[in-house]
Order: sequence, then C-alpha cells, then structure tokens
Amino acid sequence: MTQAPDIGGMIMHHTSDAHEIAFELPWGGEWVLHLPRFASVHVGGVAIDLSPTKHVVFMLLASFLVWLTLWTAGRAIRKSHAEGRPPRGFGGMIEAMVLFVRNDVAIANVGHGGAQFAPYIVTLFFFILYCNLLGLVPWGATATGNLAVTGALALTAFLTIEISGMRALGPAGYLKTIVFAPPGTTGVTKLLLTAIMIPVELIGKLVKPFALCLRLFANMTAGHFVILSLLGLIFLFGTGPALVKGGVAAGAVVFVLFMMALELLVAVLQAYIFSLLTSVFIGLMQHEH
Amino acid sequence: MMQEGANAAQAALNNNALLGAGIGMGLAIIGAGLGIGRIGGQAVEAIARQPEASADIRGAMILTAALIEGATLAALVFALLFKLIQ
Repeated sequence: MTQAPDIGGMIMHHTSDAHEIAFELPWGGEWVLHLPRFASVHVGGVAIDLSPTKHVVFMLLASFLVWLTLWTAGRAIRKSHAEGRPPRGFGGMIEAMVLFVRNDVAIANVGHGGAQFAPYIVTLFFFILYCNLLGLVPWGATATGNLAVTGALALTAFLTIEISGMRALGPAGYLKTIVFAPPGTTGVTKLLLTAIMIPVELIGKLVKPFALCLRLFANMTAGHFVILSLLGLIFLFGTGPALVKGGVAAGAVVFVLFMMALELLVAVLQAYIFSLLTSVFIGLMQHEH
Repeated sequence: MMQEGANAAQAALNNNALLGAGIGMGLAIIGAGLGIGRIGGQAVEAIARQPEASADIRGAMILTAALIEGATLAALVFALLFKLIQ
C-alpha cells in the first residue's frame, strides 16, 4: 500500500507565501533559493517581520517589469513623435493599452476631473496585470493571490477614494456622505433615520475596498486551486491500471490547458475590473451631492 | 478511552465543518449562477435589440457581474476558511 498523495498539501505549497523559492527542475529534484531572514522590528509591542518572502520578490519583479515596459514604450513613442510618425510595434501596443485604461476606464467612470486620477489607475492596472501574469509562468508565484498584497492595494484605493472625496466635497460636503438625512423626513423620523444611516454609510465606505481586496485574491487563488486540483487527479489515479492512468492524465492535461487559457483571460479581466471599480468608486464619491 | 472519544468527537466536528463548507460553497455558486446568468441573458437581449449600444451594455454587464462575483467569492473564501482553520 503506497502512501496516498497529499493533494491539499501540494496545493497549499504552491499558492501560499514562503521564505524560499523552489525551482522544480524538469529532470527531477528542485533548486531552492532561500531568502534572507531579518530580525523582527518591534513597533509598540508588535513584532513585524520585514524579511522578504516569495510574494515580495515577485511583487518587486512585477514593479520592475511595469517600469521597464512603460519606460521603453515611452522612449519609443517620444522618438516616433520626434520623427513625426505614429508609434508602431511595442510602443504602439502599450500606447493603445494606456489610452484605453486612461480614457475608457479612468476618465469615463470618474467623470469630470478624471484625468488627475488616470496615472494612479493606469499604475494599478499594469501592476495587477503583471502580478497576475507572473503566476502563470513556470516557477512563478501570484503575488495578488495573497490577501496582504490585495489588502494593501485596496487600502491605497480606499485612501484615494476618501481623500479625493474630501478634497472635492469640502469638509461639510464630506460629512454629508456619513451623516445623511433622508429627504422628505421631519422631526423624530429624521433624527432616527439619520442615526440609523450613520453606521450603514460607514460600513458602506469600508465594504467597497474590502470587496475589491477579496475579489482579486479569490479570483487568482481559485484559478490556481482548479489547475492544481486537476493536476492532482493524475497522482490520485497513479496506482490504477495503465489505461485509467493514461486516460486521466490525458484528460487532466487538456483541462489544465483550457484552465490556463482561461486564467490568461482572468488575469487581464481582474486587472481591468480592479481599476474599473476603483474609478467608479472615486467617481461616486466625487459627485456625491 | 477518554482520549479516543475526544479524538472521535473532534473528527466528527471537522467532518461537519467540511460538510458545511461544501454546502455553503454550493449555495453561493447557485446564487452567483442565477445572478450572472440573468445579467448575461439580459445583456445579449439588449444588444440584439440595440446593437449600436453594445459597447456601453458590455461595460455595464462586466461591472455588474464583477459586483455579484465579489459577494460570491467572499462566501467561497469564508468556506475555504473552514478547511484552513480546523
């Protein structure tokens, strides 16, 4: 009786964060890169571990790739502008993507005054896109499949939404988004309804970034879970007769290929949806009257 | 003897937690399927009726589907927690 393969452990090993990066070699075995460990920083009695992990490395790689992509594209576009011809090739492709995110996502949804948020939205889009795509290359890891990463991204969105709302509406106008008296009510009803609406409005402010954070995390993690579970089927059936083994393996590989193609779509779609919803929320806050 | 009983009780509890997580995931998916299916159906109907507005309709469709998906995935993540916490 051979030991049953630990599919759950394998899945968690591939999706969770770690202090080392394992490069599985195609001829068996693996080469493990151990990341340095720093002593914890103590802030007011709370120990904070600042040593880099697998997801931190891939996040830095994603930021570097974002910078490299946009910098080279910017250079190519500037050069073609100087020569008086439209950009082509790589520069043209990136220009089309940036213009799409800027005009059809940021400005179209924030509305009046949306251009000032375009740099933030474009950065969000490209950073999330690269984080998602890095999880699909061999030996890669999805930094956006980590709740801390998506939580931090959602925190930046939350701060942008609230602070830009404060600036656009002024202190009194901003207070109105929390203490809101429903129109058409008077006296005790008005007081009571306002008191009920205060916690509702506050929860509403917090739920938006919370949903952004969970949506990105769950989408990226769920895709990897499905792919790894399908691959795990091969090992679950590894003790059966050759025909069953081969059939399951062939079926699993076809399904994994399909899921990988779907993941490519989801990687772009989730970057789009995160930036789209962030701009919609910014716009909602800006035009709250 | 006592230890064995406690272990059995713990195992039963874990199994019940997993059963609950499974049923919860199924229910969440039923809701999301109904919601997103309705969005998709209505969007296709709207595009068929007014093909020139298809870009706007598609945008609204993706936005609404993403909002439903967010609530569903929150349920799925909490279901996953049952497996991870036990």
